[in-house]
Amino acid sequence: MNRKPKFSTFLIEMIIAIVVALYVLYPFFIVVLSAFKNSTSITEDPIGFKNAGFSTFVKNLNDVVNNTHFKFWSAFGTSAVITVISLFLLALFGAMAAWVICRNHTAWSKGIYYIFIASMIIPFQVVMLPLVSTFRDTGKFIGISMLQSVPGIIFAYCGFGGAMTVFILNGFIKGIPFTLEEAAYIDGCTPEQTFFKIVFPMLKPVIMTVTILNGMWIWNDFLLPSMMLGLSGKVKTLPVAVQAFVGSYVKEWNMILTAAFLAVIPMVIIFLIGQKQIVQGMVDGAVKG
Amino acid sequence: MNMLSPGRKITSLVCLIAGAVSMVAALVMDFSNSENAARGPLLIIGALLIIAGLYFFPTLKHHRTIINVLFLFPLLFTFAVTVIIPLFLGLFYSFTDWNGIQMTKFVGFENYIKMFKQPSFIWSILITALFVIFNMILVNLVGFLLALLCTSKIKGVAFFRASYFLPNLIGGIVLGYIWQFIFANVLTKLLNQQYSWLAETGTAFLAIIIVYVWQYAGYIMLIYITGLTQVPGDVIEAASIDGANGSQMLFLIKIPMIASTFTICTFLTLTSAFKQFDVNLALTKGKGSLDFMDTYLSNGTEMLALNIYQTATKQDNYSLGQAKAVLFFIILASVSILQVRISNKKEVEM
Repeated sequence: MNRKPKFSTFLIEMIIAIVVALYVLYPFFIVVLSAFKNSTSITEDPIGFKNAGFSTFVKNLNDVVNNTHFKFWSAFGTSAVITVISLFLLALFGAMAAWVICRNHTAWSKGIYYIFIASMIIPFQVVMLPLVSTFRDTGKFIGISMLQSVPGIIFAYCGFGGAMTVFILNGFIKGIPFTLEEAAYIDGCTPEQTFFKIVFPMLKPVIMTVTILNGMWIWNDFLLPSMMLGLSGKVKTLPVAVQAFVGSYVKEWNMILTAAFLAVIPMVIIFLIGQKQIVQGMVDGAVKG
Repeated sequence: MNMLSPGRKITSLVCLIAGAVSMVAALVMDFSNSENAARGPLLIIGALLIIAGLYFFPTLKHHRTIINVLFLFPLLFTFAVTVIIPLFLGLFYSFTDWNGIQMTKFVGFENYIKMFKQPSFIWSILITALFVIFNMILVNLVGFLLALLCTSKIKGVAFFRASYFLPNLIGGIVLGYIWQFIFANVLTKLLNQQYSWLAETGTAFLAIIIVYVWQYAGYIMLIYITGLTQVPGDVIEAASIDGANGSQMLFLIKIPMIASTFTICTFLTLTSAFKQFDVNLALTKGKGSLDFMDTYLSNGTEMLALNIYQTATKQDNYSLGQAKAVLFFIILASVSILQVRISNKKEVEM
């Protein structure tokens, strides 16, 4: 009973796969196409190629990048700085905390672990309003601006991303044989040396996973930065800037879609480079979370 | 490295004293309402010095404990300030007349009673429930079918898998605007319609579902693919030797074998659809008019998360928004607890 796939089945499957792919990719195609059109041709003929021109594309790019409302490079830079520093700190602090929690079998470490796990069900909506007021009041009190500031947002991301990061890292550290660390202690290593020289380098694959998961979340996040920075503040992340920009240009679709094009491009490039790791990371995160 | 060397003792002592002095100085300025700009950096420098002092503390016996505390501190501190404290403050504020800045009095359950008297809020709950049910079914169905497609013998699996997943990489705000253009301009042209789908409440709601399935199915597909590829090859082989046909293989072997994947995906789609905010805001802003409970409503497509946001920021009613958020949290927490119980039960059975 050797079942060879029939050619007709294969053909039907191929056709379905191609049709779905066309449907999924069509909006991306529309974005690229629209970036090559001016404001009148885009509404008169949104699907055709006729009025698309490279000079219009350059003009659109120039208009968006130099737009005083959008400030593309400033928003892009803010998003990049926030994402990179938050990811670095989450990986470092997360690994440190997860290691301590994993290697201490006390009521304290267990308690902290369960609080972290339980906190993963807390939606941002229930803490966002008091968070803003706490950050505002604390900032005023200690004299460091926590709202409308990059360090404040990074601080918040460390707080919100911590639980999931510790959870995933903890699962991995459990699987590392303790004998390795024991050997290091016998050789005279202090706990911190053991962590940074023995344990941390071994966490590379799982740190990759949490960095991808946290990175996708932080780069695309809108609600947290919009609450903390405000839509009309000086500092804006990319999603906040897009939202603020659309608000000021209601029907200028060529500008809006060129802005969308610029916002989408970095993610697509990163995906093409690290496709395998990203796919793996997303699946690991979902299955473990 | 000698833990008890005199150099280490002095470093530790200097750091601890200098740290304590600068922190106390900064706090004194804080409490005396000083506007000195140096007080913030002073506080941070003081805290860092104390951490350094603790690190160099000359002890053999307690060094491990100190390291444990220092390693846990950064994450626990940020976690407490951004999650735990606001959570309890939020619970507290939902029983007061808090306006986002201060509160004057307790109002008991007034906010909670008030929100259930708002037809717009009841409507939000209803369409959120509807949205969650639709998406749970559609995203899982589409995701699972795509996973079957991507694990079948088609050519170019890698390309199809990557394309189906691509929408998941882009933030909801940007996606929402891209689709707004598609519904408002492209689709009206393609189907030769006078009005866009977004102009009418029912079709606008459908539009949000379409965008959401478009965005999320690729992600769920990936998880199903992982589940399907983990079905042991010898089981498949044994079944095909026994003469199982395609549908028998699917319904009697593959689906039961990946039951836990179904649980994961069901709850993943449930919670994420429930929390949906970005696409909702960018695509329709919650607009849509209808008559409901003898009232004219203009928030026809406004789901819970957006309703909470608008109550606080647009209507400036923070305590009411917070009470709604607490209800939102309770619903989500109940669902999560249910998921844990179901998963645990399954594990026992297996």
